[in-house]
Order: sequence, then C-alpha cells, then structure tokens
Amino acid sequence: MVKMVISGNSASAYGSKLARAEVIAAYPITPQTSIIEKIASLVANGEFETQFVKVESEHSAMAACISASLTGARTYTASSSHGLLLMHEMLIWASGARTPVVMSNINRANGPPWSVWADQHDTMAQRDTGWMQIYCESNQEVLDSILMAYKVGESRDIMLPSMIIEDAFILSHTVEPVDMPDQSAVDDFLPAYDPEMKLDVDDPHGFGSLVMPEWYMEFRYKIAEAMDKTRDKLRDVQKDFESRFGRSYGGLMEFYECEDAEAVLVISGSVASTAKEVVDRMRSAGKKVGLARLRYFRPFPVDEVRWLAKNVNCIGIVDRSYCFGHGGPMAAEIYGALMPVADKPIVKNFIAGLGGRDLTPEVLERLYENMLAIRSGGVDMEIEWVDVKDGRGG
Amino acid sequence: MMVKLTIPEEELMMPGHVGCLGCGATLAMRYTLKALGKRTIISVPACCWAVMPGVYPYMCLDIPMLYTAFEVTGASISGIRAALTAKGIDDITVVGWAGDGGTADIGIQALSGAVERGTDVMYIMYDNEAYMNTGIQRSSATPIGAWTTTTPVGTTQDWKRMPKKNMVDIMVAHKIPYTATMSVGYPEDMIKKLKKAKGIKGPKFIHIFAPCPTGWRLAPDKTIEIAKMATACGAFPLYEVENGVYKISRKPKELEPILPYLKMQGRFRHLPEDALDDIQTRVTKEWKQLLRLEEFTAGNE
Amino acid sequence: MSKFKRDYKKHQDLPLMPITFVSSEENQTGFWKTFKPVLEKEKCIKCAICWKFCPEPAIDIGDDDYPTFRMEHCKGCGICANECPKDAIQMVMEEE
Repeated sequence: MVKMVISGNSASAYGSKLARAEVIAAYPITPQTSIIEKIASLVANGEFETQFVKVESEHSAMAACISASLTGARTYTASSSHGLLLMHEMLIWASGARTPVVMSNINRANGPPWSVWADQHDTMAQRDTGWMQIYCESNQEVLDSILMAYKVGESRDIMLPSMIIEDAFILSHTVEPVDMPDQSAVDDFLPAYDPEMKLDVDDPHGFGSLVMPEWYMEFRYKIAEAMDKTRDKLRDVQKDFESRFGRSYGGLMEFYECEDAEAVLVISGSVASTAKEVVDRMRSAGKKVGLARLRYFRPFPVDEVRWLAKNVNCIGIVDRSYCFGHGGPMAAEIYGALMPVADKPIVKNFIAGLGGRDLTPEVLERLYENMLAIRSGGVDMEIEWVDVKDGRGG
Repeated sequence: MMVKLTIPEEELMMPGHVGCLGCGATLAMRYTLKALGKRTIISVPACCWAVMPGVYPYMCLDIPMLYTAFEVTGASISGIRAALTAKGIDDITVVGWAGDGGTADIGIQALSGAVERGTDVMYIMYDNEAYMNTGIQRSSATPIGAWTTTTPVGTTQDWKRMPKKNMVDIMVAHKIPYTATMSVGYPEDMIKKLKKAKGIKGPKFIHIFAPCPTGWRLAPDKTIEIAKMATACGAFPLYEVENGVYKISRKPKELEPILPYLKMQGRFRHLPEDALDDIQTRVTKEWKQLLRLEEFTAGNE
Repeated sequence: MSKFKRDYKKHQDLPLMPITFVSSEENQTGFWKTFKPVLEKEKCIKCAICWKFCPEPAIDIGDDDYPTFRMEHCKGCGICANECPKDAIQMVMEEE
C-alpha cells in the first residue's frame, strides 16, 4: 500500500486501473477531462492494459460500454453534466440490459446558464435510470467506491450499473492523500468479471429482443427486485472491504452525531465535510446538531431515513439541485420515505449551492440555527432557496 | 445433391421470422451470414431487423445478436470489438447491421466515429430506402421523387425532393479501407465481396440494396426482379472502393432506361413527365461520374 | 440450453434480460399465405434458383435435386415462381 496525494479525478482513474477495467470508452467534458487524460497517460506508458475507445460522444461512450459488457468485459467510463444528460437513453439501456458498467460522474451544473461548477442536477435527473448512485465525500471514498461498485454490480443476483459521483472541482480537482491499495489485495477482493451469459459465437443467443406486454412487466420486475437486493449486498461488500482495507463509509447513509441530535441536516457530497466541522463547532458550544450524509440516492436509504425520523424530530434537507414544479429531489424522496412514520418530524427543504455557489461553514451554521429555531415554532417555509438575492428566504 | 449451388449451402438464418412477403432485407441477412459464417457477432439497432427475428423467446439467427438503440450501431460494434481484443480474441467478425435511416440519418455520427477510429468492424447498411419498420417515412436515403408517408405528395406535389444521400462517398471521405455496394439481386457478387471484406482489417462499410415490396408499393414476387432492374438502369450501381480505388462490379455496355424501373413501383406513380426526365438525367450523370471515378483512380493503389 | 426454461410461467423462469433461445422455426408463418407454390416437375431443370432467392428460406433441395417447399414457413411471396427460368412454379390459391 502506498499513499498518494491526488485529485478525485486521479483517484477515479486509478480506481478503474485497480479494478482492471478491460474496456474504457469515454469522451472529454469539463471537469471530467483529467480522468481520461490520466487513463490515456497510464495506457500510453504501459502501466494500464485496457482497451481505451476514444469515442465521438458520451452517448457512444455508454453504448460502447454496454456492448463491451455484454461481450463479457469489465467496463468503465466517466462523464459530467451535459455529457451525462446526453447518455440518458443509454443509461436506461445499461440497466435494462443488466450490464454492471461503472461510471464516474462529476457533478456539474446544467446549462443554460453555462456553468462548470458543482451542482447535483445532472445526476438527480438520472434517478429513474436503474443505476446505483454513490455520492462521495473524499477522494479516498471515490477510489474505494469504484472497487466496491464493481463487486456489488457484478454479483450475479444484481447485474446493475453504478455511478460514482464527485463534486466538480471540490473533489475532482482538489488533491488529498489517498491510500492506494496493493493490486494483489484488490484482485483478491474483486475477481475478474465472469457473467453467466455473454455474446458468444459458440452459444449464440439474441440479447434484448422484443417482448410482448404479457411478459414485459416481469422483466422490469426483475430489475426492481435486483435493485432492492443491492441494499443488503452493498452492506455486505462494505463489510468485506472494511475487513480487508480498514475503511468504511457508513452504508447507504452515514450518521454523524445524530443519536441525541435536536436538529439534523441531510447533505450529500463533499459539503458533508464542511458540515461535520460545523457540527463539531456547534456541539462544543452545546448545540445538539448532527449530520446525515446521504451516500446512496439509488437505492434510496428508506430504512435509514425512518430510523433518523424516529430519533430526531427536526430535519433540514440541503438539496444541491431542484425539481422545477416540485422541490428538492432529496427532500421529495425523504418525504416519501416518511409516509408510514407515525410521529413525523419537522422537515424543511433548503435549496443551496447551485452552480457552484459556495456552501461555507457560515452558511451551514445559519441553516442549523434556523432548524433549531423552528424546532419549537414550526416550519417557517417548506422550501427555502438559500441566499438567493431577494428571493424566498433570501 | 448433384446441383452445383452458386452460393454457400449453410443457412444461419432460420425460417419463421416475421419479415413481410418478399422482404429484401431478409435475403440480405441470409446471404450475408452465408458469406461471413458462424464466427460472427451482429449488433442490430432499431430497424425492421429488430422486429423480424420475432418476439421473446424466438431467435432466427444462429449467431449471437445484440439488440441495441437506434443511433448507436457504430459505437456498439466498437465496444464489442474492444471487448474481444481485451479477451485476446481476433478471429470473430463484428458486424453492425442497420437500416438506411439508422445509418444515414440518426446513426451517422456513431458510424463516422467508428470508421475514423479505424475499428476492425464491418458496418452493413441494408437499404430499403425509407423508415420501413415505422411504416414508410422518408429517410435521407429515400430516392428523389418517391412517395412516403412523410412525403405524401398531396395536392402540393410534396414528394421527396432531395436526392439520395451517398453513404459510400461519405465513407470514402473517411479513407476507409473497403466499401462496396451490393444488391440482393446478385447474391454471388454479394458473397464474393463480403468474403473479401471479411479478410480486410479495419473498418468496412457495406451498402446493400434491399427492396421493400411493402414500402415501394410493389408486388412481393418482384423483389429480385426490381433489384436487378435497379442495377441495370443505373439507379443502384454495384461497385467497390478499396483504399480509394473505384471498381465497378457490373458494367452494362449501355444503361437501360430508368422509366420501367420507376413505373413498376407505386411509390413513383405520381411523378409527372418532367420529374421522370429529371431522374433519368441525374442517373445518367451519376453513372458517367462513376465511370470517370473508376478511370481516374485506376492503378492508384 | 439448460440455462433457459422453455415452459416459463413466472418471472423467476426468465433470464435476466430477454435473451432469446428458441428457434424461430417453431413459428409457423405458413398460415400467412394466400397463394402457394406448386412445382411442375417436368419443367424443372433443377437449377436451384428458387432456393437461392427464397427470403424465408423455405425451400429445400432434395437428394433428387428437385425443390420442395416447406409449407409451414412459406408465406407465398411468389419470388420463386417469378425467378424460375422455366416457369416451373405456379402460384395457386391456397384452399381453406
């Protein structure tokens, strides 16, 4: 094991290398580009033996990965924002075809207005595509999550794709120390991809035919069932990973100082690191606040949210994107998960940090204070756009 | 059996498929697989051929077939080839099999990418000259003058006004090692060229003329006859381009007039005399141009 | 083919995705036809052109080199009759 000081993008590239991805198809887009540049240089220097297909679009990147996966290869790609949006059709295809493709996506705002900065709208808009979504907090988590995603996705009872998500620039371009596991240890943890079926001239079949209405639902049901199984599967894989590499990240949702908290913010992505500092600072001032870091958006941490609701009666949800005409996507899903909970907590949705707007400790502290204040008095407004100039709650 | 067959006996396409009566696209597949053999993987996007093998659990090909999205054939076969290379397998022919709409329209970007990257694949466009699977809508490969459901003639003479897009020219501009036109009317020529293409490393683009009785408003027994007429009159010349060198495969001393070819098909029934003359002028001009291209590039290997 | 259950009744019997595994030959497209081909043996020169141009394919060339039509698959398009150089195949109305 060696320690390297690398960016999230570099960690992604090394993750694909350690996983021995056999086919990589990708197309450049800011701020993903340095992932594929790193892969290209590893390949050019003979350090990484993979087939790197430099496709002419993200749509083709995903199509090539799906086809390579169905031919029996472990595949990897990376994208961001508009690239991910262009892939949308093929994202749905990847899960429908049961291909365990792993992709890094750098969370970047969608245009217009043009913006290259952090925002979760791109991935949140893919929530119904049948992909697992893992929102990372650190570069180490980026690398480790790639390895675990293959292990979970390639399980024969799962066979579904995964997105490893990092915030634009905050993770993608910021260097941190990262433990680089030994290749042999990774090989032990993650054996070669061995699907039950593949395109094989000695055993020819058609993959993905027309299905009449009397059987279509059954094929979709199988995807639903597999996705539901991922919850237990990924917990098992995380335990296995922890026993081998000594690192764990808290399952589908990481709870930080939540047990006795009077107010909790639900946050995903790298902002969680800032929030943890704020929690520490406020705790030392005697304020009982906590953080629930949503790691997986798909599968959604339903049980974790319900556990949280039983323990904490004041929950603020910080969404870094917005579903126009409704609200924040995390909030919407959390409201849904709370439906069967008898004593519902006070819940408030903050829309914050879109298009790279900084989520500083001061901003987060203000949100915590807001939650503590409304704990007795009820919700001031259900959805608050944080610091919008002269907007609701501005 | 005593008879000497002129094409391979082996059948890798099975009956029971749901192609229309007299479907040229099924003949295109039948001959292609005879030429390429069992060690072939085929990727098929949305097109007639995505439906014709039948619904689950039926398959009519004895080779692995991947059903894929409309516009991704070029990318899909790139992925298959990359995976095979990663596994150290190099004796499999990877075929992309798309219609004219899936190739000349929605799939042209992925095709261009695959060819530009020098991918070792064979991309086959079976050309029935419109979106036939969705019910006869015009594509950029629909010939000038044709009726389709989106060029419905009407009272304003709204037939297809633009000429057919020439995919072979586009492929030649990519410096492709091998590209050729073929027709189901000439299976021996098809098989000869496909076998040759199979032996060439790198990207190959094949354009197969596959008449569609349903969409062309033609009796289903006329598929082969119309295909032969198309070549005889110059509407669909047979030629190959190997590393930029043109070679015409069937060169009649004199072209037949195009009128009988057009008159046989209901899709051209509405055309007035001046439009018919215009088509004749265009076909003659393009044939002459092809002859000159052959002459001009000869010996330029 | 043991991976596939032909007699599938519930979702557990299906593969992960629609992976086809049954030959289309089971699908008897012969019932589509209005006209059926009939060979006049005395005219046939055993050239196999009918076999060559059959789009199903539903024509077999037997040991005696005469073509036979697999009526369970023949859709009655009539290409064989149209292409026969000796007019040895007639398309006749299929009887109910």
